[in-house]
Amino acid sequence: MIKIENLTKYYGKTCAVDEISFEIRKGEVLGLLGPNGAGKTTTMRMLTCFLQPSSGDIKVKDFSIEENALEIKKLIGYLPESAPLYPDMIVYDYLRFIADVRGLDKGSIASQIKALAGTCGINEVMHKSINELSKGYKQRVGLAHAMMNDPEILVLDEPTSGLDPNQIVEIRDIIKKIGKEKTIILSTHILSEAEATCDRIVIINKGRIVAAGATDELKREAGSDYIMQVSVKHNNFEEISNSLRNVTEVNDVILVNDENGTIDFHLACSGKKDVRPEIYEVIKNNNWILLEFHMESRTLETIFRELTREG
Amino acid sequence: MTNTLNIFRKELKGYFISPIAYIVISIFLILTGWFFFSTFFLYGQAEMRGFFSLLPIIFSFIIPAVTMRLFSEEFNTGSYELLLTLPVSSLNIILGKFLAAAAFAAIMLLPTIFYAIFISFLGDLDWGPVIGGYIGAVLMGAAFSAIGLFASSITRNQIIAFIAGMSLCFLLTLVDKILFFLPESALNFFQFLGADFHFKNISKGVIDSRDLLYFISICFVMLYSTNLVIQEKS
Repeated sequence: MIKIENLTKYYGKTCAVDEISFEIRKGEVLGLLGPNGAGKTTTMRMLTCFLQPSSGDIKVKDFSIEENALEIKKLIGYLPESAPLYPDMIVYDYLRFIADVRGLDKGSIASQIKALAGTCGINEVMHKSINELSKGYKQRVGLAHAMMNDPEILVLDEPTSGLDPNQIVEIRDIIKKIGKEKTIILSTHILSEAEATCDRIVIINKGRIVAAGATDELKREAGSDYIMQVSVKHNNFEEISNSLRNVTEVNDVILVNDENGTIDFHLACSGKKDVRPEIYEVIKNNNWILLEFHMESRTLETIFRELTREG
Repeated sequence: MTNTLNIFRKELKGYFISPIAYIVISIFLILTGWFFFSTFFLYGQAEMRGFFSLLPIIFSFIIPAVTMRLFSEEFNTGSYELLLTLPVSSLNIILGKFLAAAAFAAIMLLPTIFYAIFISFLGDLDWGPVIGGYIGAVLMGAAFSAIGLFASSITRNQIIAFIAGMSLCFLLTLVDKILFFLPESALNFFQFLGADFHFKNISKGVIDSRDLLYFISICFVMLYSTNLVIQEKS
């Protein structure tokens, strides 16, 4: 559906995006992840034909952004970060203007605006001026703007930034709902969001792709270190530590909390083998009262932090 | 084409849903009305030459005030990003905004037709120069709108856009008066560059293709420059 080839963008001498290449398949929800200033927004702006790349190309279907920018713009609905809408306009007038520019038939404009108002939950603000809206409502109007002509591709730049937790869940639900039929690219720096909504993830740092793949794949590939959380009713951490260190896969025993006869600790383990039976064996043999025992799966967060760490 | 019209409609409507239009039109009418009629009865002649001779100076600061927000505000609020990612070309955007500003200038002139009607009751008004004057005024309004649009495209600050646009318009209006110390031959050349000179020719009622071409080429040069600035931004 979308093919990005060696995309590069310089702002003066600073390189914002450095030879990025990836593909997006039809019907996929792709998450563009990265710390602030990684080049997510710049990539999206080039994809939506707002910026011209310094070199490289983007192909959407068979159109190239260099020659058929107008055709590509017709296929893409875009919600920029912080939804910069015209502040003086009334929401309804604004959507009407977008519908006209998008070339909807006169007959279907009213019904389309009504349908979008329902999907995005903006019925009660239709007759308010945009500068009176709260951030969350602006974001929703922006979403309605992006979906006006039922585009095949939706590009959403940090769609949940600055929203309250309820609104975040609502917007995510909307994205999931429309993601069943459309190709969506969304950028975010919230990892749980990417995990919850995206089929595939591309992690960008300093303008380069550092990892790409399905969420599970990324987790699997990322290495073999993991952490075990254990909580035991006991008084002496030394004793626990010494017995557990005998298990070969355990590299370290880290005390987290020691209160009221309950000791919480982490086991740093390495290796591909599942070490849980051995640890349980140790606990059983010593007759400790086990309160909690849990293997922390490698979250995206740890992967992300490793890949994008400074230096 | 339809998108040029859509943007034109949106911008023109934008003037009238905010108080800008009403304030600017009021100031324009008060200024022209006051300065024109304060000397009109002293001369005792049924003509509108006094009104038209005021227009270049008054347009020089009124029109940039109308156009200053066209691009600057979009850059400042970021709405430009939304506009440019809609299926419109930069030409649609520039032409739509330019036509809206030029149409606004024409709308601003409409109430002054009552001056002409009023004067025609007082004496024998020669309608030729009046019609020529209005044609010239609309052309000059369009040319100054193009200048203002260009000034607005170079900055995200509306005040800078206003001052830059006003300076350019004043320069075109006053170029022959500022350079009064030059020798006659050089002065004639600069006079030909000035908007005032061409506007005066038209408002005598003589519609000469040179004067029309002058205003049209100013529009063209300014809109083309705007396009270059806009292209440079992406």
